[in-house]
Amino acid sequence: MSSTPDSSIQKPDEDNINHLHWFLKGARGIASIPALVLMSSFIGFAGFAREAGFTLGETVFMVGTIWALPSHLVLVGGVIAGTSTLTILIGVSLASVRLMPMVMAQMPLLRGKNTSRWTLLLLSHFIAITSWVFLQERYKNVPVDARASFFAGFGITITVVCTILVGFTYALAGTFPPILAAALFFLTPVYFLTSLWGAAYLLSDKWAMIFGLILGPLVHMVWPDLDILLAGAVGGTLAFGIARLQQNRKGQSS
Amino acid sequence: MSFGINWIEAWWWPYLFILLIGWLPTDMWRVLGVILSGGIDENSQMLIFVRAVATSLVAAVIAKLILFPAGSLAITPVELRIFAAVSGFAVFNFVGKRVFAGILTAETTLIGGAWYLGVF
Repeated sequence: MSSTPDSSIQKPDEDNINHLHWFLKGARGIASIPALVLMSSFIGFAGFAREAGFTLGETVFMVGTIWALPSHLVLVGGVIAGTSTLTILIGVSLASVRLMPMVMAQMPLLRGKNTSRWTLLLLSHFIAITSWVFLQERYKNVPVDARASFFAGFGITITVVCTILVGFTYALAGTFPPILAAALFFLTPVYFLTSLWGAAYLLSDKWAMIFGLILGPLVHMVWPDLDILLAGAVGGTLAFGIARLQQNRKGQSS
Repeated sequence: MSFGINWIEAWWWPYLFILLIGWLPTDMWRVLGVILSGGIDENSQMLIFVRAVATSLVAAVIAKLILFPAGSLAITPVELRIFAAVSGFAVFNFVGKRVFAGILTAETTLIGGAWYLGVF
């Protein structure tokens, strides 16, 4: 029997956890603020992908299979800019590498005594920034062995709802006047501009964002095909270096 | 959508393309995360560096989308787009990092500005 600090809310017979109950409880998280912000950004993404020339089927497929907005951004942004396939592939890999530590941090919380590795591998597809934030706040109220079901409820529901929402918005966007289509497209960069800065809790993340914003368009004018990779590598390295120097200086003065 | 490689005409090609350059490079990190869980310190210098590179790369794409957009947004003047993005970012920071407030400000500025300038 696993005993955890929050055992007070666990049922005495842990094998009798009602998984459907916890699944539905997780699914109810669709009515939370982080979920609503995510839904509105996917509404924007539908317009973004449409203006980029993707079909309805491709756009919906992309949302369900990839399920990570930074990857969507790099993929669609790359197609818009006419970036080569290899650069997009590397760019998507680099943009989504942060999912790995996120999943790693989530696993010990998610794993109950009967949770199989296959379940965890399957569930990991639904881990993205929003579900991460959502779960971090709510785990303590869910019994350990019910967490996989709780997370599945939230993760699968929000993925399905957003995918359907993207389909509807895409179909509707055809009837929008150009000014609305433009505003819808604009949602994506503005969402990232704000949420990325909001998520940047390290000094290096903030510098990285500033360098990326400056270097992206600059490198694009000189070397359009490798612009995002160069801006990422150079900007990230500079940011990392400056943040370390600043920390060292702070360490010496105090 | 005709992607970089459009010599394959089959209907399924774009879907395979999305799986290969979108799904695979994304979900491989999730799978690795499950496999390596408990193995690496989340705050190691290596991961902080990787985060910085990823952040810079995403920021580069954001800036490019604002400066060189596609479709209807490309009709708006670049100065207006920059002004709208900057004002949205400023309000976002001013109200205690609320993404929603930032988006609302940027969108209102963009639509209002485009309407005032008679762009559409």
